[in-house]
Amino acid sequence: MIVTGKGGVGKSTVSLALALAAARQGKRTVLCEVAAQERLSHVFHRAEVGFHEVEMAENLWVISIDPDESMREYVLLQLKVKAMRDLLFRSRIFTYLAAATPGLKELVTIGKIWELALDDRKVKQGRSYDLVIVDAPATGHGVGFLQTPRTFANVARVGPIRQQAEILDRFIHDPKRTGVAVVALPEEMPVNETVKLERDLGSEVGVEVERIYCNGLYPERFDDDEAERLAELAAERGGPGRAACRAAVSESRRARAQREQLARLEELTEAPVTTLPFLFEPELGVEQIAALAAGVDR
Amino acid sequence: MASVAELLEDKRVCICAGSGGVGKTTTSAAIAAGMAARGKRVAVLTIDPAKRLADSLGLPELGNVERQVDPALFAEAGFDLGGGELWAMMLDSKQTFDEVVRKHAPDEETRDRILSNRIYEQLSAALAGSQEYMAMEKLFEIHAEDRYDLLVLDTPPSRDALDFLDAPKRLTQFIEGRALQVFMRPAGLGMKIFGRGTSMMFSVLRRITGVDLLEDLAEFFQAFSGMVEGFRERARRVNELLGDPRTSFLVVCAPQGEPISEAVYFHRKLVEAEMPFGGVIVNKVHYEGELPDDAGEVEAELAEAVGGDLARRVAENLRDYAALAARDRRNVAHLAAELRTRAVIQVPYLDEDVHDLAGLMEINRYLFASGSEERTRIAASA
Repeated sequence: MIVTGKGGVGKSTVSLALALAAARQGKRTVLCEVAAQERLSHVFHRAEVGFHEVEMAENLWVISIDPDESMREYVLLQLKVKAMRDLLFRSRIFTYLAAATPGLKELVTIGKIWELALDDRKVKQGRSYDLVIVDAPATGHGVGFLQTPRTFANVARVGPIRQQAEILDRFIHDPKRTGVAVVALPEEMPVNETVKLERDLGSEVGVEVERIYCNGLYPERFDDDEAERLAELAAERGGPGRAACRAAVSESRRARAQREQLARLEELTEAPVTTLPFLFEPELGVEQIAALAAGVDR
Repeated sequence: MASVAELLEDKRVCICAGSGGVGKTTTSAAIAAGMAARGKRVAVLTIDPAKRLADSLGLPELGNVERQVDPALFAEAGFDLGGGELWAMMLDSKQTFDEVVRKHAPDEETRDRILSNRIYEQLSAALAGSQEYMAMEKLFEIHAEDRYDLLVLDTPPSRDALDFLDAPKRLTQFIEGRALQVFMRPAGLGMKIFGRGTSMMFSVLRRITGVDLLEDLAEFFQAFSGMVEGFRERARRVNELLGDPRTSFLVVCAPQGEPISEAVYFHRKLVEAEMPFGGVIVNKVHYEGELPDDAGEVEAELAEAVGGDLARRVAENLRDYAALAARDRRNVAHLAAELRTRAVIQVPYLDEDVHDLAGLMEINRYLFASGSEERTRIAASA
């Protein structure tokens, strides 16, 4: 399951909630952080989540996929002769080529995700997982990320990279194995981006979005009549009551604006939309995210 | 202290930087509109404004050219522009990249070879920082034309706000790739220079990448090699403009923990790179203003007027709001301490999305207020 969306919409939080939900249902789940965000180690209060899977809770492992490490692992699996590998790793030219080739980092990252999802892992003594959840790069880069294997298959017309890229491309396009979820917020720009992202994923990458998570939805605490009554009260009153009424009016306005955007989102996208509540806790820890996890299954 | 007008006095370039999703585009547009309303000729270079906002300002989608916002819109919103003008441009980074190649290519053949190369096609989209670099390239170009008093740049929504600062360096390093270039030469020259190890190396690389990929790369670097000087010189001058005392970086963020940490990090990088930091704008702040301490008391007080049930919900809402307001206050205080600045401008979480000039001017009541006391007063009376 690849989780993507615009920056700042809570993509990492939703990915973690999905992973927790799956793990609690007894699925052996691995959550992949891409491009060294190091958010997971923060949430779990662990010093570091590295390139190796670490068990964070029952049935839940996490890994931070570093492109350089993925590249190294790929080469190790590709070249069986040790002398050749050593030569390659020592070479400045190789490092340069790896850094300079557009998309190569994304390709090896997807390669690692594919490897994690294999029943029969390539890595020695690799655990097999029921579910791999990917906290993918923010959109803008998101469509490009999923497109990489196909682009590579086209650019490298022959050779092992082409074969590898084709395998990855089939992996991404197999709806039995791979699903894409998009995280959105009930605000104008994120809704627009989500609509565009769903279309681009369809037309440019050829994958269907499986589900959209609309995050941070305010509760509807007050109906229209009540909001109006409170607005009147705020205008005629002074003191503490006034500030409290104004806060209530503000929230009901935002909640209403959010419902309008949510309606737009549902109207303009194909995939089913699941809403997740706004969490009023100042900082999100595992417990708050676990509460969110209860909501992602609906 | 600290209003945007003070921070930008005598400045020619204002760069709004920060991570994605913090309202950077809206802030940039508001600053530009506010400075125009103070009699300046201002152009804002933006990446991806909300369609409703762009529509309401009468701007077409993309185009890479500046368009003037109709002065009548300001008059309708109740503002006198004086001699001011507001221009806006939506940046198309691929098109800018093509323009740069056209400008630097030594001849038509090289130009066409680059523009049709498959590696190049990916480069403008795929190389981290190329969009950022193109934003600055355009900024530099318009600045050199000297038609505006002030340019406001809305930086691209990169994952890492720092991509933006490193972009010129990264791009030139990529294109300079001399080692690779020599190595890629099709004749035996490269092999001779690098010796026997390299020919083995070459066969290993072939095995991994496939021959065609290497050939495309080789062709790309050969075609680009004649342009390296031009690019480097240009990047040097872009950097000079960024570091100029008449340029000001405004860091835009939101009051949650993560955007605050990113703002602190970004500020540190700005200082290290000796870039002129102006101030920080925190959007979507839950103002504390005159919030009552005791929600229970409020509930009791309101129960008479609206009944117990509604009063209970108002109190519950107040507790939630107060928790967020307290978090925002702590985070902003931390930010001000880390940045050692008093130039922290807080814009409240407005009830509605901004989608027209009137909305931008509403934000400007805070951005251009004389200080935090005035801002608190405005928020309380809103």
